[in-house]
Amino acid sequence: MSNDPRVLPAMTRRDLVLAAGGGVLATLVAGLFPLPASADPNDVKKWLSTVASGTPTPGKITIGAPDIAENGNVVPITLSVDSPMTEQSYVKSIAIAADGNPLPGVAIVDLSPANGKAEVQFRMRLAKTQTVTAVALMNDNSLWSAAKTIKVTIGGCGG
Amino acid sequence: MQGVASRLLVPSTAKKGDVIEVKTIIMHPMDSGYSKDQNGKTIPREIIETFSAAYNGKQVFKMQLQPSISSNPFVSFFMKAEQSGTLELTWVDQDGSVYKNQAQITVT
Repeated sequence: MSNDPRVLPAMTRRDLVLAAGGGVLATLVAGLFPLPASADPNDVKKWLSTVASGTPTPGKITIGAPDIAENGNVVPITLSVDSPMTEQSYVKSIAIAADGNPLPGVAIVDLSPANGKAEVQFRMRLAKTQTVTAVALMNDNSLWSAAKTIKVTIGGCGG
Repeated sequence: MQGVASRLLVPSTAKKGDVIEVKTIIMHPMDSGYSKDQNGKTIPREIIETFSAAYNGKQVFKMQLQPSISSNPFVSFFMKAEQSGTLELTWVDQDGSVYKNQAQITVT
């Protein structure tokens, strides 16, 4: 992974201080000239409803992620759903969305009783501090959701 | 894309009924279409759009990826070991390229 030019090299303390200063400046500039490239909560709802229509109930699904992501390019996410994963009761799919990225959709995962455990791990980009929402669709067509706000110190997605 | 390497980490043996973890990573830039190169030119979108896993030909996992997925996508999921067989992973690039990896699992 270290051969990827997009992965930030190890920073010295001086770089970190400079970067922090730059971050403040970037925030000020962004405040003066708001960037259009970010989805709003309605886009997130719209995208999630294309995956599973209906109103989800909060619960059953857990988003495991750091409260503060140092590097928005690589934020580890663990989604787990409280389900026995049997033929009688299992998770059919999980959709995840982010309201501060240019596009609201992040991923859709399809599961079945063959998984034995409803847990998925992956790494996502976060352009800025934002709320990540996950919705689980069960085999009885019930919808469950969870949301987590993740603070980002260095944004992903470039730009 | 050419020269895309992937890795698959899964136990080679398992007891029947065990739930085992499948860890995968593929070396791919996942260019979102929103970042710029050093000259300020937008790097066009170039991502892997789907990732799926089949065990003895039957799909056990599928994921649709969007540009918000990090470069060199890492994915882990679980699978119930019922019988010995072959786990085959397939990634499909937006340019139509298909990348594959596989592993044998002996279930006792």
